[in-house]
Amino acid sequence: MTAGDAGIVVVGASLAGQRACAALRRHGYRGRLTVVDAEPHLPYDRPPLSKELLAATADESAAALPSAGLGIDWVLGRRARRLDVPGRTVELDGGDVLPFTGLVVATGSAPNPWPGTHPPEVGVFRTLDDARALRHRLGGGDRLLVIGAGFLGGELAAAARGRGTSVELVEAQPQPLRSALGPVAGEFVAALHRAAGVSLRTRTRVGSFTGDHRLTGAILSDGTRVAADLAVVALGASPRTGWLAGAGLRINRGLVCDRHARALGTDGAPVPGIVVAGDVARWPHPWAGPDGAVLGHWTHAVEQAEVAARNLLDPAHPATYRPVPSFWSDLYGVRLRAVGFPAFADTVEVHENDPDGGRLDIAYRRDGELVGALTGNRPGRLAAYRAQLAEALGRVPA
Amino acid sequence: MQVHVDLAVCQSHGQCVFGAPDVFSFDDDDQLRYSPSPPEERRADVIRAASACPVRAITVGPSGSGRPAA
Ligand SMILES: Cc1cc2nc3c(=O)[nH]c(=O)nc-3n(C[C@H](O)[C@H](O)[C@H](O)COP(=O)(O)OP(=O)(O)OC[C@H]3O[C@@H](n4cnc5c(N)ncnc54)[C@H](O)[C@@H]3O)c2cc1C
Ligand code: SF4
Repeated sequence: MTAGDAGIVVVGASLAGQRACAALRRHGYRGRLTVVDAEPHLPYDRPPLSKELLAATADESAAALPSAGLGIDWVLGRRARRLDVPGRTVELDGGDVLPFTGLVVATGSAPNPWPGTHPPEVGVFRTLDDARALRHRLGGGDRLLVIGAGFLGGELAAAARGRGTSVELVEAQPQPLRSALGPVAGEFVAALHRAAGVSLRTRTRVGSFTGDHRLTGAILSDGTRVAADLAVVALGASPRTGWLAGAGLRINRGLVCDRHARALGTDGAPVPGIVVAGDVARWPHPWAGPDGAVLGHWTHAVEQAEVAARNLLDPAHPATYRPVPSFWSDLYGVRLRAVGFPAFADTVEVHENDPDGGRLDIAYRRDGELVGALTGNRPGRLAAYRAQLAEALGRVPA
Repeated sequence: MQVHVDLAVCQSHGQCVFGAPDVFSFDDDDQLRYSPSPPEERRADVIRAASACPVRAITVGPSGSGRPAA
């Protein structure tokens, strides 16, 4: 790709998109670089939104991602609505058409919505605007209902408690995070919530909301009524591929790519000049099943964007993306850090479990082999697990 | 090469330790340790480690100034 041609278009100006742009420039790309995002903001980072920003211990500058000096043509506040692969164009809402020589798909994921109608005080939490709105209302006496005690729901509950808000946290599973991290980690997290004064209700679902024009609360699956002035639906997120419908790309709850982060066509062959990175991607990994993996984690977006950008510039010598994944969550001062794929384990080995001391150390195994680890306030042990996993992965033939 | 970690910003993500374990490590008390002037040939890995830090706590430079272009 040279200066003068249509250049590279990146759809999605969040973490994966911003890292792809930085990598393209670092690897010597000097041509046109156009970045499209439906949101009106310059790139920002999402993890601080549910942590420092909501807790009001940092301002928005803590979430900014550096994008100055990259020579980007921004197209912000505009949604890509259609991709024409043979014609090499992206169509935006409003009808404008952007030609491209290379395309980076980095449209991330969207929060799963509440399945039904709801009062206006029921919302989701993904964007800077969502964080601004909630931050503003916390601590003012409003009671908060959080639906889903996963990573996001847990962090929202923790931040809200820290601001003195009363919190109902409702979770369908027997423990928070059980399907991701197993019952021991789930119980550890449950204890943290309870110690902080969150009203955690497990094995429970929200049935319906009360209050037609203004939220007054909810009726739970066990018949209990809880009062709430605000509710956040934190029931996971799904890859944002709607705009790719009909483009001839392989979509399977995510845009499917190969180990070089190249988008696959419906025929299963990589489509030249189109790469994928971040939450939107479904990608192969030796430890994942035949369907591959989709990960909504920060480090994955960063590392895959790097590989995607390189391979877009040098398709003849594609680099392989085969990471040891890692992710984290901060809850009540406990730094939960994980590596590998804990969700793929068939057994867990608990080496330390001390909710009062905030310390946790769990190894996850499948068929006796280490596939993941989780620690709380034990980064040294995590690094040792990470090294073991990297070594095991290195033994898997490419 | 000069390396500086702002320990007030560091949140023990360990990404730097994963990326360049000879330069960054955790001690027995889980505190981050690092060598402030690693050999020049480690630059590529150190830069990669710095850009993997979620809170951008790591500065790399000949003089220890300027954050890495993430
Ligand atoms: C509140 C919150 C806290 C988090 N905390 C952690 C954490 O502690 N640890 C961790 O590992 N991960 C965390 N994550 C996950 C992490 O932030 C994501 O994995 C990361 O943001 C993925 O980056 P991405 O660029 O792939 O996707 P996204 O961040 O989802 O960005 C996609 C972008 O594409 C844009 N877009 C989508 N469709 C279109 C379209 N058709 N046209 C134009 N633009 C479009 C969107 O507006 C968005 O800006 C958190 C996420 C959230 C929401
Ligand atoms: S990656 Fe950053 S936050 Fe993590 S240990 Fe290293 S310096 Fe600290």
